[in-house]
Amino acid sequence: METTPLVDPAPTAQASVRNPGTPLDLDLVRRVRANRSAAERRTASLAGRRSVKKEMQAGWLLRAITVTDLTTLAGDDTPGRVRRLCGKARRPVRGDLLAALGIEPGEARAAAVCVYHRLVPAAVRALEGSGIPVAAVSTGFPAGLSPMATRLAEIRESVDAGAAEVDVVITRGLALRGDWTGLYDEVAAFREACGDAHVKVILGTGELGTLATVGKAAIVAMMAGADFVKTSTGKEPVNATLPVGLVLARAIREYCRTTGFRVGLKAAGGIGTAKDALAWLVLIKEELGNAWLGPPFFRVGASSLLADIERQLEHHVTGRYSAFHRHSLG
Amino acid sequence: MTRVRDAFLTPEYGPAPESDREATEWLDGGERAFGHYVGGEWAAGEGRLQESRCPADGRLLARFRYGTAADVDRAVAAARAALEPWREADGHARARFLYSIARQLQRRSRLFSVLESLDNGKALRESRDLDVPLAIRHFYHHAGWAQLADAEFEGYEAAGVAGQIIPWNFPLLMLAWKVAPALAAGCTVVLKPAEHTSLTALLFAEVADRAGLPPGVLNIVTGDGETGAALACHPGVDKVAFTGSTEVGREIRAATAGSGKSLSLELGGKSPFVVFDSADLDAAVEGVVDGIWLNQGQVCCAGSRLLVQESVEEDVLERLRARMERLRVGHPLDKSTDMGAIVDEGQLDRIEGYLESGRADGADIWQPSRPMPDEGCFLPPTLCTGAPPSSAIATEEVFGPVVVSLTFRTPAEAVSLANDTRYGLAASVWTEDVNLALDVAPAIKAGTIWINCTNLFDAASGFGGYRESGFGREGGREGMWEYLKPVVARTTARPQAEGTTETAEAAEPLEAASSGGGSPGEAIDRTRKMWIGGKQARPDGGYSLVVRDRVGRAFAEVPRGNRKDVRNATEAARKARERWAATSGHVRAQVLYYVAENLAARAGEFAETLTRAPGAGTEGAASEVDAAVRGLFTFAAWADKHDGRVHSTPLRNVVLAMNEPVGTVAIRCGDRAPLAGVAVPLAAALSQGNAVVLLAPERFPVSALDLVQVLETSDVPPGVVNVLSGPHQEVVPALAAHDDVDQLWDLAGDPLSAEAERLSAGNLKRVWVDRGGVVDWKALTSRECEFVLRQATRVKNVWVPYGA
Repeated sequence: METTPLVDPAPTAQASVRNPGTPLDLDLVRRVRANRSAAERRTASLAGRRSVKKEMQAGWLLRAITVTDLTTLAGDDTPGRVRRLCGKARRPVRGDLLAALGIEPGEARAAAVCVYHRLVPAAVRALEGSGIPVAAVSTGFPAGLSPMATRLAEIRESVDAGAAEVDVVITRGLALRGDWTGLYDEVAAFREACGDAHVKVILGTGELGTLATVGKAAIVAMMAGADFVKTSTGKEPVNATLPVGLVLARAIREYCRTTGFRVGLKAAGGIGTAKDALAWLVLIKEELGNAWLGPPFFRVGASSLLADIERQLEHHVTGRYSAFHRHSLG
Repeated sequence: MTRVRDAFLTPEYGPAPESDREATEWLDGGERAFGHYVGGEWAAGEGRLQESRCPADGRLLARFRYGTAADVDRAVAAARAALEPWREADGHARARFLYSIARQLQRRSRLFSVLESLDNGKALRESRDLDVPLAIRHFYHHAGWAQLADAEFEGYEAAGVAGQIIPWNFPLLMLAWKVAPALAAGCTVVLKPAEHTSLTALLFAEVADRAGLPPGVLNIVTGDGETGAALACHPGVDKVAFTGSTEVGREIRAATAGSGKSLSLELGGKSPFVVFDSADLDAAVEGVVDGIWLNQGQVCCAGSRLLVQESVEEDVLERLRARMERLRVGHPLDKSTDMGAIVDEGQLDRIEGYLESGRADGADIWQPSRPMPDEGCFLPPTLCTGAPPSSAIATEEVFGPVVVSLTFRTPAEAVSLANDTRYGLAASVWTEDVNLALDVAPAIKAGTIWINCTNLFDAASGFGGYRESGFGREGGREGMWEYLKPVVARTTARPQAEGTTETAEAAEPLEAASSGGGSPGEAIDRTRKMWIGGKQARPDGGYSLVVRDRVGRAFAEVPRGNRKDVRNATEAARKARERWAATSGHVRAQVLYYVAENLAARAGEFAETLTRAPGAGTEGAASEVDAAVRGLFTFAAWADKHDGRVHSTPLRNVVLAMNEPVGTVAIRCGDRAPLAGVAVPLAAALSQGNAVVLLAPERFPVSALDLVQVLETSDVPPGVVNVLSGPHQEVVPALAAHDDVDQLWDLAGDPLSAEAERLSAGNLKRVWVDRGGVVDWKALTSRECEFVLRQATRVKNVWVPYGA
């Protein structure tokens, strides 16, 4: 947690230890409940309950950059495109703006760069020496329906190629059929294949039907050793929504309460504006606390978000509303 | 830019103040001194000047006047002068004004919310996201009722001049709840805002003025309780609507007794917040936040009694304490404030007094460690556990940010605890189990039940209480009735004066049977008895009264019931009422049809008896029996047809407006129709699932007592109907004062009715006095039926948000 000096409101012995997982506790899974209307009211009211303005807002937006997994997941990705993205990850904001805001160049950088397996080597090379990890989407992303052996092999190859983080997708059918043992075994196998690489478990929440299923799948993934639970691939019809984020945050809190282990949350898909990013940060702060507000435990997967944040930062510095073309493309 | 860096390293919220510039300018524009708004003009008034200060920082906001009786006189006169043209205006014309008010409120919404937060101390989030939008919604919704009133409420007209007294907790919203339906119905208004919070009402007067509301249609007189009393008791006021404490509600009930004013009271509460182990516990904890810490708990329907299933108590309280640590108490204009200021020092002292008494009673008082503002009227969110169930903090309305927690084991116990209160305003029930939710909702005695939610309001859904939380509804179709009265078309046939004349005679006490009345001289001596708990009962006192026929001959002897008999009858009704209420409409209909059948079989005998009644004729007697049979059929028919509704609120939920029985209805019968006037109202009350204690007509109680034999043979369950006879002077006060009688129908409508209304203030039972002209029991119209059915029921709104 060297990047985050945040105070942990409830430190536990295991808090800084990587979640090792626990045996599958079906009682805990069955106890998960999630009331959709209440979740929607909570997230809607949160927007009115918390406001971050002026200097505070600039600080929060810089913090948002540090939890961003800069992502490109297109069929036409090339090493050149990925190199440009990595450059952006190293220096996301113009130097003059950072100077004006009192931030050192090395402090505000992206949390990771997230790419398909084939682009991992290019990203690793481009980020060499930066300390920024490369994340690979894996296990037959986005549908996750390839043979198990293939999926596990894919993880190992990405890790061998230098990915320090692996974003795996679950078989949504297991959650939809309530096959929690099957899901537990699948995620545990992914985790094992990852070795030292951190595993972010994409639940595909837009395809899970109900918030209760989202909550149950999240708890099972954590028991199986997930380092992060992640909302979406970005390819589902419904992306990361705040009510889903609320349910995941509460599942993480419940898991931490019962086991003492912290698990991270990654919101991905559809988060494109500075305002969206602030709403997520507020949600995490309110439901999980400051300890979660850094890259070890919170990520936003995004591609266009950064550009909007840069514009807001420039507005903060100059007092004028900014334009996209004043900031470098990622 | 070190602050940027600090926020980057440690993301905290920092100050996010809403500007008060426009509000300050508005106050300055009025030179911070306000008079009353009467007849479309601002009048300085004569009362003493009072300061209005912001409770969060003590700053002076404005000075205004405590209205005097003379100020109230002028305002009522202005409202009376404006009444006829406003009431007679086409509904569309009124709709246009209400629409304009809604639009204007919308255009000035932020000014209203900032002013409200300054004046009351509530967090801007609430005034901006809740109070003001709901007020606007209320005017839109009621613009609709104005448009539709002529068609939807045919046969009704505006109640007249409405005197409205509102509290300080939701100043503008309560104004909207009062003013919008009154104007929509065609009433003109004199409104008195609370003395702590007059400002948004005064700003609203400007809005009404700009909307071009005709002078006198809306009048606003500022002031305190004395001003309010002058308004409530003013003879020129036809309708009194009050929201506030139960104590003041009682005073208003007593003070307006016998005045003929219609009354709606929305009073205090100690609302249960029930959490089952099948709930989404995090959502429930968030519900507690919305339930008790909304507006610092200064909410009549605040979920102040947390009832948690014992199996999850520790879990819930742990989550709750953690959540409380994150609540931010601060200046109301800061946009990150959850809880603002308590309205004033006096209220703060009152709340702290409850905390002290709670500690003294052995309760544990827990407050989070988060820092509080250094000055101003603030109190942290407070959790009270281990309070004895009888302690003041657990039973009385604290009206502050204090939740008291208790546990239960089973759904039945949860319901018992929920109902173990004099109040009945609202309840919140948390479970993901739909069976459980829908089982518990009807069982809790409260006007609003929120399933998996709390403190949701909407103009389309009525809000109001059971028991000592008051009566009447605000919002929706049910709320419109409060500002309407039936157009009395048959005034020539049954002039109001008839009632009074008849009454004067009726008020003469019957002779005691020992005083030489003599035997009626029938073939076999006949003893008529009362009927209590399914058994024929001799009077507790052991005396009888002589009934004389129309030519003054002693005709029969009847029991002289007294207050003990009232006690016994009410006790029997209490035992029977839950079961009868749970009996299906289909079964209740069969009982009523059977009563009709058995009455018809003895029609000749009943007609014969009726011919002996004072003022009766042979022809009238036969037709009255027929009318009674028809009436029984009518309400048998209605037993399974007085359906509720599903309200259209702008949220994703169903709001079930259920017509529930009132409970125990005491019916005081008049002498106008000694049989039909007994059997038909009885049928109406029974058809909707009420238990009845019926007091036979005073001068001619014979037919009512004879009816007992019909009821006995018609499968009426014991205790569901209890029939008493006796001197009304003695029996009516006992009925009116009885705390376990939920409603009184005074169908005799005489000077004694005023006493009944006054005595009803004890438990604030609903009282319907038919002073003549509203209902003709011998020839019911469909409109009269509908009117009576509304008397026999009350609306409970059950909010069920959904979503997977």
